[in-house]
Parts: sequence; structure tokens; C-alpha cells
Amino acid sequence: MAIVSTNSNISRYGRPVLAWGVALLFFFPIFWMVLTSFKTDADAVKPEFLIWFTPTLDNYLNLTENYDYWRFATNSVITSVCATLFTLVVGIPAAYAMAFNPSRATKDILMWMLSTKMLPAAAVLYPMIFLAKGIGLYDTHILVITVVSLINLPIAIWMLFTYFKEIPKDIIEAGKMDGVSTWGEVKEILIPLAWGGIASTALLIFIFCWNEAYWTVRLTTIDAATLSKLIEGNRAPEGLFFGRLSAVSTAAVGPIVVLGWFCQKQLVQGLTFGAVK
Amino acid sequence: MGRIVLNNVTKSFGETQVIPPLDLTIEDGEFAVFVGPSGCGKSTLLRMIAGLEDLTSGQIEIDGDDVTQVPPSKRGLAMVFQSYALYPHMTVRKNIAFPLRMEGMDQSEIDKKVEAAAKSLNLSDYLDRKPAALSGGQRQRVAIGRAIVRNPSAFLFDEPLSNLDAALRVGMRLEISEMHESMKTTMIYVTHDQVEAMTMADKIVVLQAGVIEQVGTPLELYHTPRNVFVAGFIGSPKMNIFSGSEAEKLGAHTAGIRPEHIDIDLSGGTWKGTVGVAEHLGSDTFVHVHDTALGDLVTVRIAGDVAVKHGDTIYLTPQMDKIHKFDEQGLRV
Repeated sequence: MAIVSTNSNISRYGRPVLAWGVALLFFFPIFWMVLTSFKTDADAVKPEFLIWFTPTLDNYLNLTENYDYWRFATNSVITSVCATLFTLVVGIPAAYAMAFNPSRATKDILMWMLSTKMLPAAAVLYPMIFLAKGIGLYDTHILVITVVSLINLPIAIWMLFTYFKEIPKDIIEAGKMDGVSTWGEVKEILIPLAWGGIASTALLIFIFCWNEAYWTVRLTTIDAATLSKLIEGNRAPEGLFFGRLSAVSTAAVGPIVVLGWFCQKQLVQGLTFGAVK
Repeated sequence: MGRIVLNNVTKSFGETQVIPPLDLTIEDGEFAVFVGPSGCGKSTLLRMIAGLEDLTSGQIEIDGDDVTQVPPSKRGLAMVFQSYALYPHMTVRKNIAFPLRMEGMDQSEIDKKVEAAAKSLNLSDYLDRKPAALSGGQRQRVAIGRAIVRNPSAFLFDEPLSNLDAALRVGMRLEISEMHESMKTTMIYVTHDQVEAMTMADKIVVLQAGVIEQVGTPLELYHTPRNVFVAGFIGSPKMNIFSGSEAEKLGAHTAGIRPEHIDIDLSGGTWKGTVGVAEHLGSDTFVHVHDTALGDLVTVRIAGDVAVKHGDTIYLTPQMDKIHKFDEQGLRV
């Protein structure tokens, strides 16, 4: 009897405590970053002002006045929106073809696409930079959008493929009997039926594009530089100004955190779809 | 018009040949049923006619035109799927209108046709519902409606009733038969249920392992099955098939007698046996008899009720003119 009640106490109180503990652990760096963004650079490094300090908006004002925040933010929006659209425009037909007209090579192609994600990015860094400079596309939107799209394309295709597989083949075949063209099949049947899955994929890819740093930092200088570049730029040369750096980081991740918050349900569904059905 | 001719049609999946060379003609206005055990290739054959499955070799003609390379929608055929295959995101109205919209038909014309089809299928009250809000029978009607509005030269049905419960199945069976009577359009119907085949067909095509075992009217198949397979497959309960000395006495390698062609008697007859189970259906009694000279289990069908029970000894006498005889190859002699 005693053992049972101890066990149930553990599951009753222990699990929530553990869950909250893990959540706080993950949340703490973000909390600390947001908090620090309201401190002066001097206060930011003083332990006595860890929690109790006089908040200031200087870092944020500085951001828009001296660091051209809006240009970087606009570039991030352009890159993420265009790359997401491009990924879907290429990914939907690709996933459609593999889901409904599979060949013997389909499985291998899917695995091959995934394997490209295993290639260390650093391995192709210099060829990419030389190539970009050689064809005169270094620091342009078109280059950044292309690279960011291609990086995320395998994941998008995999996700879309999983969603499309859930659509009964009979419905697509009924469409064929009813005289839909291939484009009609995609527009009239596939997209409406897989709308939830396509939205989840788009959202996730958008977040990945927004957060992309490795290539956006290295393939841009000013014109096509995204918020990742702004953070990177504030890191080193003048020493570590924690207040300012935190404000930059908060302003960079803010929009995506808000977006993610509103679309939590879609995201969780997108990431677990197929796995738990 | 809807005369469909298959010439030397074959189908292979990789190395496996599922349909060896096959010839078949379905006449205009005919109700043809493809029947056979699962995996016999009947659905594949139907899908090949529909154009959803490529032919490995051979040729398909519809009304004299070679349609082998013609895409499904251009063959003038309409198909009803086992799973109904309705578009779940569209209302009943839009589902039925879909093929017409794809043809580019005028909206007022579409409305007229949809209303007419819905009326004939008792769907008028459900036009603005989505398929999820319909019962299985109603969904099947929508699928049929979507096929009817196209005014096809032939309808293809792929086991359309197997997702329905027994009572509904009988009702829909009648509706489809009546639809055929009134429209006189060619219909090809795939089923594994030989009762459906017998009750609906003008012509039954019995398939096994991709090979046509026999083509004929239901009664031809019942009275003169070409081989042992057809004899055993057509008819319910199944024909009693036996070989050995009892068959040899009749001058055959294998012989068969349908359950309804055996008479029973409690005092004397050709074969003695013990009653296992007697199934009393009211209109008929199915008596399963063990330990007979024919083998361990013989089924007898007696019209009306008969007072036999488990363990009774009875005598079976076949109606001699109803015995089917087959040779070593299993072919009718």
C-alpha cells in the first residue's frame, strides 16, 4: 500500500517537477538574453545586477539607429519567404511524383537526398565562395535564397512525401478517370487534401531559413546580409558588449519565436506526423 | 456504344507475369462480371481497361478504336472504386460535378446534370454535405453519380459493394442491376463474390491466376462448368467434388454433384453417411454429412425444412443426370 502511494506521488509530483525543470533549463538562456538586452553593457557583466537593475532601451534604440536593424530584418524576411516558396515549388512536385508514381529508384533517391544533409557544410565552403564570386553572385539575394532553399529541400521533400503518402491512391486515380491534368491533380486534389501538411512543412522550412547562419554569414557582406550576420557582426571586434549583443539576438529571434508560438500546434503535428499515426 | 475488345493482353510486374496472353470481348450493353479468388488478376485487368495500369503487351479496343496508349479520361469510361474514392474536401454536389467541370462544361449545364443524377440516386437532400457526413451506401451512390454524369460508354466497377454491410449490399446490387436495365450501357464489374456475379451478370468471366477459366452466362457456368475450378467456384454452397473409385464407377477421373442435386433418405440410398451439422435456414436446410464413400464431408441442400440432427445416419442419392464428370486434366467430359 505504502509503495503504491509513493509511486503515485512520484508520478503525480515528480513528473511535472521534472518537466518544469527541463523546460526552465532550456528557457533560461533565452530569458537571460532578453533580460540582458535591457541592461547597459557595464551592468551586463556585473553579478550584483544579475536580476535587480535599472532597465534601459538604449540597446534597442542603438540597434535601429546605428546598426541598420531594419535592413537586416528585411533581408531575413526576403530570404526566408522566397526560400520557403522556392522549396515548396520544387518540393511539392518532387514529393508528388515519388508518392504517386514511384519507381524502383524512388527509395534510393529519397535516401540520397537525405544523405546530402550529412555532408559537412565546411567541406564545400571554399568551393562555394569561389563559385559565388566567380559568377558574380556573392552577397546577392539570389545566391542566398538558392543556397538556403537547396539546404532545406531534402527535409521539405521528406515531409511532403510522408503527407502525400497518406492520401489514398484511389482518389488520385479517380481524378485521372475524371479527366484532371497533372497540374489539375496537384491543384484540385493534392494541395487541398494535404493542406495541413503543406502548411506545417512551410512553417518549419521558414523557421529553418530564418535561423540559417552558416551560409548566410559566409556568403554575404552587406547587401544580402540577414539578421544572423548582424549578430555575428556584433560579436567580436569591439570586445563583448553583452547588452548590445543580447538586444541584437533578441530582436533577431523575436519574430520567429512569436511565429512559432502562434503555430505551435501545426509545428508539433508537422514534426510527429506519420510517426505516431 | 461500348464494345470492349482485349487482344492478346499481358501484364507483368517485374519478372512476375500476372496476366498471361488473354483475349476477351465484351459486347455493347453487356453486364460482364470478372470473378475469381483474390489475387487472380481481375482488378488488374479492370485497371488495364481503365488505363490506370499499363499493358506489358497486347491491345485494347473500345468501339473499334485502339485505346492502348490513350489516357484514362479519354477512353470514355467511368469507374467506381471499392473505397468510393470521393474527394473528401468537396461537397457531394462538387464531387458529382467534378468530371464535368474538368471537361469545361457550362456551369448551368453542369447544375442541370448534377441535379438530375442526384434525383435519380436519392441524393438531392445531401448535395451540400461532405462525404464524411454520409453513410457508406450514400457515399457509394455519390461515386455512382460521379460516374453517371459523364455519360460514359462503359462503367467499370471495382468491388464496389465489399465495404457495405450485407443488407445494404443486396439493396445496392439491385440498384446497379436496375441501372443497367434502364441505361443499357456496358458495365464491367469485378467481384470475388460469386453470388454477386451470378445475380447481376449477363456474362461471367471466371479468372484464376490471370487465366480465363471460362466465359459464359451465369446458368451456362452453373450447368456446364468447363473444368473443376469453375465447378467448385460457381454455386453456393460449393459443388461436392470427388475422385477415386466412386468417380471411376461413373466413368470419370473426377466427378461433382451440387448440394441441391442430392436427395436424402433415412432408410436407403447410394451413399451412407453421418450428419455433422444441419443448418436450418427455413427455406432450405444445408446438411453436412461425414464419413461417406465420396469423402469426409458432403454438403446437401434440401428445400424446406427436414428433421435431421447431428449423429443421424442418412443415405444420399445423387440425381444421376446432374452429375458433372471431369478427366485427368480437370476438363469436362
